[in-house]
Amino acid sequence: MTGRALLSVETVRKAFGGLVAVNDVDFTVKQSELIGLIGPNGSGKTTMMNLISGALKPTSGTIRLDGEAISGLPAHKISQRGVARTFQLVRILPSLSAVENVIAGAVFGHIRAWGDDAYREAEVLLERVGLGGRGSAPTGSMTYIDQKRLELARALASNPRLLLLDEWLAGLNPSELKIGIELIRDLREDGRTIIMVEHVMDAIRSLCDRCVVMSSGVKIADGSVHDVLNQPEVVTAYLGADDA
Amino acid sequence: MDILITGTVLGGTYALIALGLTLQYGVARIMNLANGENLVLACFCAFWLYTTASINPVIGIAIIAPAAFLLNWLIYVYAMKPLVDRAKNRGQLEVDSILATFGLMFIMQGVMLLVFGGSYFSYNFLSEPVRILGANYGLNRIVALGAAVVIAAGLYLFLYRTRYGTAIRAVSVSPSSASLVAINVPRASAFAFALGGALTAAGGALLSTFYTFNSSMGVIFTMKALIIVIMGGVGDVRGAVLAALLLGLAETAVASLIDPGLTLAATYTLFIIVLLIRPQGIFGRQTA
Amino acid sequence: MTRFSEKEQRVAAFALLGFGAAAAIPLVDDGYYLSLSVNIAMYAVLCTAWTLFSGPTHYISLATAAFFGIGTYTVGLGIDSLPFPLLLAIAGIAAAILAGLVGVATLRLSGVYFVIFTLGLAELVRQVVTWLQTNFTTSVGLYVFTDMTEKHIFWMLLALAAIVYATGWLINRSRLGFAMRIIGNDETVARHVGIDVARSKVILFMVSGAFIGITGAILAPRFAYVEPPSAFNPVISFQVVIMALLGGTGRLWAPLLGVIPFTILFDRISSSFPNHTSLLIGVAFMAIVYFLPRGVIGLIEDLRKPRASKAGAVAQVPEAAE
Repeated sequence: MTGRALLSVETVRKAFGGLVAVNDVDFTVKQSELIGLIGPNGSGKTTMMNLISGALKPTSGTIRLDGEAISGLPAHKISQRGVARTFQLVRILPSLSAVENVIAGAVFGHIRAWGDDAYREAEVLLERVGLGGRGSAPTGSMTYIDQKRLELARALASNPRLLLLDEWLAGLNPSELKIGIELIRDLREDGRTIIMVEHVMDAIRSLCDRCVVMSSGVKIADGSVHDVLNQPEVVTAYLGADDA
Repeated sequence: MDILITGTVLGGTYALIALGLTLQYGVARIMNLANGENLVLACFCAFWLYTTASINPVIGIAIIAPAAFLLNWLIYVYAMKPLVDRAKNRGQLEVDSILATFGLMFIMQGVMLLVFGGSYFSYNFLSEPVRILGANYGLNRIVALGAAVVIAAGLYLFLYRTRYGTAIRAVSVSPSSASLVAINVPRASAFAFALGGALTAAGGALLSTFYTFNSSMGVIFTMKALIIVIMGGVGDVRGAVLAALLLGLAETAVASLIDPGLTLAATYTLFIIVLLIRPQGIFGRQTA
Repeated sequence: MTRFSEKEQRVAAFALLGFGAAAAIPLVDDGYYLSLSVNIAMYAVLCTAWTLFSGPTHYISLATAAFFGIGTYTVGLGIDSLPFPLLLAIAGIAAAILAGLVGVATLRLSGVYFVIFTLGLAELVRQVVTWLQTNFTTSVGLYVFTDMTEKHIFWMLLALAAIVYATGWLINRSRLGFAMRIIGNDETVARHVGIDVARSKVILFMVSGAFIGITGAILAPRFAYVEPPSAFNPVISFQVVIMALLGGTGRLWAPLLGVIPFTILFDRISSSFPNHTSLLIGVAFMAIVYFLPRGVIGLIEDLRKPRASKAGAVAQVPEAAE
C-alpha cells in the first residue's frame, strides 16, 4: 500500500457562535488506511465528519483531498470528487426500492452510471453487503442492520476514494456486529481508504491501523491503536481522572 | 429631509404591521397571509367608529385591538391549531398554514367586498398641517408615528422585561425546548398569534387616519409585512422595526426621486438583495 | 428504467384516445362549450406545467401570472412584426429566463421565502411593464388582431398539453426525475450522493415557466386588447394552485381532476354571483387544506389501499409456506 496522504485536515476549526466544536485539529489519512476517529460523546467527531463530507463549512483551516482543497465546497461537489458516507442515524430513501437506493449512490458521482448497467452493478453490491436478491424489497420495512447495509451499498456504489462511516456499527447485537466487522474488514482488504467514527472498541482494536482521538474538540492522541488506547490522556477523557 | 421624515412615518406604520406578523410567524410559526386583511378590517372599524360615534381613532385602538385579539385567538384555536397538531415537520406546517391563511384571506376579503364594496374610503382626522424643519406634514401622520412608537415600546418592554414575554421569546427560539422548561407552548402560541393580530389591527387603525383604503388592499400590505419580517430576521422584534424603517425610507425615496409607480419594484429589489447576501435577515441566526 | 412497461403502454393508449376525443370538440360546438373547453384546456396546461415543478419539490409557486403575462405581452408586442410560431418560442424563452432568475435567487432557501416572493412577482412585473409602457410608448395597452379563432387556440392548447405531458414523462424517466425523487425523500442524502439540489430545482422551474409563458402567448389572440392588469392577473396564479392541489400533485395527470370541476364551478359563480368569486377561492383553499390535503388523487389512492394490501397478503402466504 502506498504511503501517500489522501486526506489532510489542516488546523481545522468549527465554531457555532461561542461553542467551538472542533478546535484547530490536524491529522492526515494515507491511501488505503483504515483510521478510527474516536473520543467520548461531544468530542466533535461527527462534526469533523460533517466538515469532511461538506455538510458543514469550517470556520477556518483547510481540508484537502489528494492535495486539492475541498473545505468550503458544497457537499455535492465533494461527493463528486469521490467522498461517500453513511450517517449516524441511518438515512435510506423510503419511497425508492432497495436497488434504486443503491443506484442513487452511483448516478451523480464521478461514475455517472445509468440504465441496465447501473442495475447490474447495484445487484452486485447488494450481494456484497448481504442483501442479495432483495433489490425490489420495500425499504421501509427492513430491519435496522439491513438498512445499514443498504446505506453502505449506496455509499460504495460511487466507488469512493474516501469512505466515511459514522458510527456504522452502533446499535447492532453481537452476531450482527461480527458480520458488520467482517464486512468492513473486507472493504479494507480491497484497499479502500476509510475513516470510522466508532464507540465499539472491539471493532477499533481489530480493524484500525491508526487512531485519532478527540476530546472536547481537541485532538489528544494520534497513533497506533495499542499506543493510543494506553495513553493516560485518552483514558482520562473516557473514564475520568481517577482511573488514569 | 422631506423624504426622511415621510419615510420614517411610513416606516413606523409598517413596523407595527410587521411586528404583528413577527409574533405570528416567529412564535406561533404561522405564516399568516391574512394579516393584511386584519389591517384592512381595522381600517374599516376605525372609520366606522369615527364617522358614526365620533370616536378618536387613537382611542378607538382600545376597542379595536382587544377585538382583534379575540378574533385572532379564535382563528388560531379553531383554524390553525389543527394544522399544528397535524404537521409532521415544520416545513409542512409552513406550507399548510400558508394555504389555509391564504384561504382565510380570500374569505375575509370576499366578505368585506360584499359588505363595503370595492370603493376607496378615507376620513379627515387631524389633517391640519404641522411645520417641522421647514416643510408641512399632516398632524395625523405625526400622531400615528407617535402612537406607533408608544405601542412598539410597550411591546419591547413586554417581551424583554416581563416573565411571560420572555416565555414567548423562548417559544420563538425553540418550541420543543420551551415545553421542557414548563412553558405552555400551545397557550403561548395562541397568545402570540392573538397579540400579533391585535398589533396589526392597531397599525391599521392608525393607518386609516392618513391613508385611503379599500377592501382589496390587504394583499400588498401582507406582502410588505412578510418582506419586512424576513429582512429583519424571523422572530426578531428589533430587526422587524429596523427593516420596516428601511423599507419606508426606501419606498418614499423611490416615489419622490424616481417614480411613484415603482415602489413595489423598490421593495422587491431590497428583498432580493437581502435574500442573496444575508438570507437569515439582519438579526437572524445563521443556520450553519 | 429503459423499457416501456405494460402500464406505460396502457396510459399512452388512453392518452391518445383522450386527445382524439378532445380534438373533435370544435367540430361539434362553436359557442359556449367551445369557449369553456378552451378555458379547461388552458388551465389543464397551466396546472400540469405547474405540477411539473411544484409536485416533486413541494414548493408552492404563485408566479404563474407573471410567466403567463410575459407570454401574452410577447405576442402583443411582436404580433405585427414577427410570425406567430416565433413569438411562441420567444415567449417560452423569456419566461424561462425570468424563472431562472427567480429560482437562483430563492430556491436555495426554504419554501416559505419562495412562496412569498412569487406572490408579489406578478404585481412587480405588472408595475414594471406599466411603467415602461407609460414612459416609453404612447399607450399602456396593445392590440392583438389576428385571424385566429377559438378553434385554433383550442387545438394549439391541446398540442401544447401533449408536449407538456410528454416532457413530464421524459423527465420522470431521466436522471433529473430520479434526482427529484431522491430530493423529495431526503435532501441531505441527495446532496451527499452528488446531486446539485439547487440547480435541479431551477432547471425544473425554468421548464415549467417556459410552458406557462407559451400558454400565455397562445391565449393572447383571445384578448384582442392586452393590458397589464388583465395579462398579469394574479387570480390566475391562485386558480392554478387551487386546481392543481385539488386534483393532487402525485401524478402528472392528477391536476385534471381539479381543473375540470373547478373551471366549471368558477365559471358558474363568476357569471351568477360575480362578487362572490373571492369567497369561492377562499373556501376552496381551506377545503383543500383541511379535507383534501393530497387532492382528489389522494382520496382515490386511500380508497384503493384496502384492495392492494389484501393482494399483498395473499402473495406473501405461499412464500412463507415454503
